[in-house]
Amino acid sequence: MSRSRQRVLRVAGTLVVIAILGFVVLPALVVTLAAFNDKAILAFPPQAWSWRWFAKALAYADFHSGFGNGLIVTGWASSIALLVGGAFAFALDRYAFALKRTIEAILLSSLIIPHFTIGLGFLILAAQIGMARGFPVVVVCHVVLVLPFVLKSVYVSLRNLDRRFELAAAGLGASPGRVLLTVTLPLLLPGLAGGWLLAAILSFNEFTASLFVTAQRTQTLPVAMYNYVREYADPSLAALSVIYIAATAALLIVANAYLGLGKLLNVEPHR
Amino acid sequence: MSSLTAERPPHPASLAVEATDGEGIAVSLRGITKTFGEVHALKDATLSVRRGELMTLLGPSGCGKSTLLNLIAGFLAADQGELEIDGRRVNDTPPYKREIGMVFQNYALFPHMSAADNVGYGLRMRRLAKQEVARRVADALALVRLSGIEDRRPHQLSGGQQQRVALARALVISPRVLLLDEPLSALDRSLRASMQVEIKEIQRQLGVTTLFVTHDQSEALSLSDRIAVMFDGQIRQIGSPADIYRRPSDRFVASFVGDVNVLRARLGSVDAKTATIRLGAQSVSVATGPLAGSKPDDPADLFVRPEQLRLSGAGEPAAVQGTVATHIYQGGHVDLYVLAPAALGGRLLVRSSEPDAITRWPVGADVGVWVSGADALAFPPQEQKP
Repeated sequence: MSRSRQRVLRVAGTLVVIAILGFVVLPALVVTLAAFNDKAILAFPPQAWSWRWFAKALAYADFHSGFGNGLIVTGWASSIALLVGGAFAFALDRYAFALKRTIEAILLSSLIIPHFTIGLGFLILAAQIGMARGFPVVVVCHVVLVLPFVLKSVYVSLRNLDRRFELAAAGLGASPGRVLLTVTLPLLLPGLAGGWLLAAILSFNEFTASLFVTAQRTQTLPVAMYNYVREYADPSLAALSVIYIAATAALLIVANAYLGLGKLLNVEPHR
Repeated sequence: MSSLTAERPPHPASLAVEATDGEGIAVSLRGITKTFGEVHALKDATLSVRRGELMTLLGPSGCGKSTLLNLIAGFLAADQGELEIDGRRVNDTPPYKREIGMVFQNYALFPHMSAADNVGYGLRMRRLAKQEVARRVADALALVRLSGIEDRRPHQLSGGQQQRVALARALVISPRVLLLDEPLSALDRSLRASMQVEIKEIQRQLGVTTLFVTHDQSEALSLSDRIAVMFDGQIRQIGSPADIYRRPSDRFVASFVGDVNVLRARLGSVDAKTATIRLGAQSVSVATGPLAGSKPDDPADLFVRPEQLRLSGAGEPAAVQGTVATHIYQGGHVDLYVLAPAALGGRLLVRSSEPDAITRWPVGADVGVWVSGADALAFPPQEQKP
């Protein structure tokens, strides 16, 4: 291959990579710039600059309650999913039982069932049994949605867990319960925390199913944002998005500094 | 030191003396069989480990030695057979009630605990008082000469240090039996040699009954009071290192433990105790035992250790004629490889401690080979490799 051709290929390759990276960050970039538009329209690029939409977004009552509701739903849903998913992951990893494959398939089914189907299903069900559209139905719906992710995350950490640690503990006189408490759970902590974090992010961002199962009193932040954009087209939403991105980035930086994010998300091999 | 052995009065100085069955047998296996699906990991294994002895289970990988160790620890259950520890049947006793100290091949130190917490784990599980745990942990770390690293995590320790922590963790609970699963295989050669000495000294000092699994025959020969040689799920021979080396019970043991030359020959005379093997100008007498059923003039394979072979000049009468192919200078001795058609594999290993062996028998020289010494053994020929 000639030298010039090699050079062309290298330049072209670099451009493709830059283009891909550009497309990945482009939406966030556009929204960020639009958030600083002084005009009350979502336009790009802005003509004049202002912080006022940030103030408005932060002061908007529905966003406040949506944020609070989101935290409630996310906290309950990801914690319950961690408990249920963790227990199932443990059972799937350690025991042989009838219908193992079927049960696993059912637990993972919400990956392929559209979210609106699940939301609609819970809506009908809640109405049928006379359950008001309160938090329980939202939480249960979110548990179903995030369960596969928690299950997989815990299952993978269980698979990676060297069973000899547990054997060593048993040999040293630890009963099965104490092996679980003193060795298995502490060693699984990164996987459990990673699973919980993943579930929490998914639950907090979930929109489609939440649209069906939330009411005015229980609407989560994405639903509140949707309702807002149906009525107003000012850059408040863009400003909120910027706050969202900044807050998430800050959270991840803190998590990385204190917990080691790689370990938490199980992408680094831990010894 | 004292606290390691003090758990079981009235003889705190040694674990070896407090026999409960009066026979001095710490571990007894009778007719143990274990299969994994279609694979017979252990076939009718019977073994007694004497109290206070260091026994190695020696064999190639897949021979069942680790399975045997895991059965004794209680991590696996036997399909058939009886397993006793200190005279008590433990087939159905869960591992956490067996009071066994195990050192794993990769040490299995708990990564989320400091070295001291690792060592103290078994004591905490026994709900000992905090000060008692601290005192015994300090003693155990001193025993393995590791004081001062208490607060380090396993990943901050060198391989040799991890090894010592694992050993201390297993010993601190004053186990009935210490099980070591290829504990030195991850260490480099020089460290391995010094750890061998150290393990042996600690084992002597505490008098703890020890089962040591290894595939390294030189490790087994240098460490053990007795060796159990295993192959293909069966225990082929149990004996002292010298027994195993000098009087192997079959072809497999003879070729697995130590270097050996195999010479194809024919039997001369056979009587009840000794047989003679005709080999060139020499007639070698061997024990009849392994040749039971053979008649004069039957083929037989003569097993000779490299140090039992002597060289002589070409043309002189000898057992085998050959040509020197390679010298390997080993300091204390020289290993000479001699091409000889009569040998299985076409060459012989001759170990000479003569200082001038290299100059006396240069590469390419035609030589005669003699069998000397009384320990030659013969087995019936076998088509497959032993």
